[in-house]
Amino acid sequence: MMLKIKQVTKNFGGVRALDKCSLEIEKEKIIAIIGPNGSGKSTLFNVISNLIKKDSGRIYLDKEDITEKEDFNIAKLGISRTFQEVRLFRNLTIKDHLEIALLESDEKLIRSLFGKREDNEKRIKDILNLVGFDKPLDTHATELSYGQRKLLDLAIAIAKPHKILMLDEPVAGVNPKLRKGIKEILRKLRKKGDTILIIEHDMNFVMDLADYVFVLDYGKVIAHGTPRKIQNNKKVLEAYLGE
Amino acid sequence: MPVEFISPYITNLLIFIGIYIILVVSLNLTLGYTGMLNLGHVALFAIGAYTSALLMTRLDFPFVIAFLAAGIFAGFFGYVLVLATKKLKGDYFALATLGFAFIVVNLLLNLQGLTHGPLGIPGIPKPSLFGLTIQSNFSYLIFVAIVAFVSVFIIYKIVKSPFGRILEATRDDEIGLRVLGKNTVKLKYKAMIISGFFAGIAGSLFAHYLSFIDPSSFHLSEIILVLTIVIVGGLASIKGSILASFVILLIPEVLRFLALPSSIIGPGRQIIYALILITILMYKPRGLFGRVDLE
Ligand SMILES: Nc1ncnc2c1ncn2[C@@H]1O[C@H](COP(=O)(O)OP(=O)(O)OP(=O)(O)O)[C@@H](O)[C@H]1O
Ligand SMILES: [Mg+2]
Repeated sequence: MMLKIKQVTKNFGGVRALDKCSLEIEKEKIIAIIGPNGSGKSTLFNVISNLIKKDSGRIYLDKEDITEKEDFNIAKLGISRTFQEVRLFRNLTIKDHLEIALLESDEKLIRSLFGKREDNEKRIKDILNLVGFDKPLDTHATELSYGQRKLLDLAIAIAKPHKILMLDEPVAGVNPKLRKGIKEILRKLRKKGDTILIIEHDMNFVMDLADYVFVLDYGKVIAHGTPRKIQNNKKVLEAYLGE
Repeated sequence: MPVEFISPYITNLLIFIGIYIILVVSLNLTLGYTGMLNLGHVALFAIGAYTSALLMTRLDFPFVIAFLAAGIFAGFFGYVLVLATKKLKGDYFALATLGFAFIVVNLLLNLQGLTHGPLGIPGIPKPSLFGLTIQSNFSYLIFVAIVAFVSVFIIYKIVKSPFGRILEATRDDEIGLRVLGKNTVKLKYKAMIISGFFAGIAGSLFAHYLSFIDPSSFHLSEIILVLTIVIVGGLASIKGSILASFVILLIPEVLRFLALPSSIIGPGRQIIYALILITILMYKPRGLFGRVDLE
């Protein structure tokens, strides 16, 4: 088991965003979390990375209890993630972004000043090739179109050393061609042994991609199983129809 | 003799500009590069000035030790300032650092046993290095120029390094950087310690040049002046900070040549700085060389 979420509950004032939510994520699989608007999907990600404090429950990454760890330590331990709204560093270039993601020594001032510069050129090229991103490396984040920003965001998450990749709606608002492209990228990553947890609003997108699906509604896992099983689940259809 | 080539008036101005360059470039490290709304920088400058002055006048420390201690002590206070405010963000952090600046000035005024309060500390000796005392203003200028050059060079190296890049990333999106595994709080400590160190040695240069310091040199108007220089030069631009130090410190000098009474020159300076700041903010908000876009 790569990631285990046990009985996690989170309330925002009167809103119960997560309600005793439990999920188990197997290695080297693509696992999808689907559910209607406001069902708690993004909150689940934020609770896993500890950007939002949960009320109760425990979380394990590769058997290690990460429940009480600080957000940046959770990232160091191997969780790489994107946000529903793309987050980029507005004054930095594409190369800067990828180097920040790749380098684990840049927090050390002395090493950063006097150490040998790591040559990441090739790894950066490989990652950009994989996601099919062809802008010059010195382009600033703010000069990119929406689709390009989504791709760069994905590239950064892939570049960051990780055990699991968590993507919050990587194809939301993206044109059909790019949607297909991203689907292919995710398949390639799985083949290379990556574990991917993907949030997706649109059930159809994950049907031929995910190995396993969890369905959230009002913060609860109302169903889980293979895409085929989920597709015909009565509770799931009701949740989506009632939206 | 080179002394004859530069008039005492110009030498004096250049010494101040050199000291301000260190002060302003080091402020840009926290304010411009790391995005910390740091209004406490002048307090760290004051701490450096007093540390160096007291160590030499009271304890007869050699200059080199007093000079380095000024940097280290100011850096330490920078650390304490971030520690005390680590839960505060944005405007609240700015207010807290401004509060810190007022507390420091008040302590300088009231810890009379240590600082002589408003009377200040007279008789601060000129620096001696390796048995040579820096007596003339011209040699002091050379000394300031060397320290300023080395300081700016070090800060330049820092901001261009991978470490400097994540300082900028902290400014642009702190959460986005934390989820990439960087401890942004620790980064802010480091930025503030480095920034404080250079403010402190600038303070030492200031104290030993004037040979007299009192709390009036570290008031609010001083904070506004250094902020104006950083903003006019541009956030996250070292070149801009250096150029703006010259421009901003030279402009009010025209008042001298208009033969105005000194009761007008003082407030006149403040008005000129305020006008420059407003003009820049209205017409060129990024400053002369700023490339940074804040949200
Ligand atoms: N920071 C917050 N403060 C208050 N309420 C919040 C906060 N974040 C989320 N919520 C609420 O928690 C519930 C779950 O929100 P969440 O963003 O996790 O849903 P989601 O499944 O990601 O929805 P979407 O498909 O729209 O992205 C919603 O009712 C939302 O309004
Ligand atoms: Mg969401």
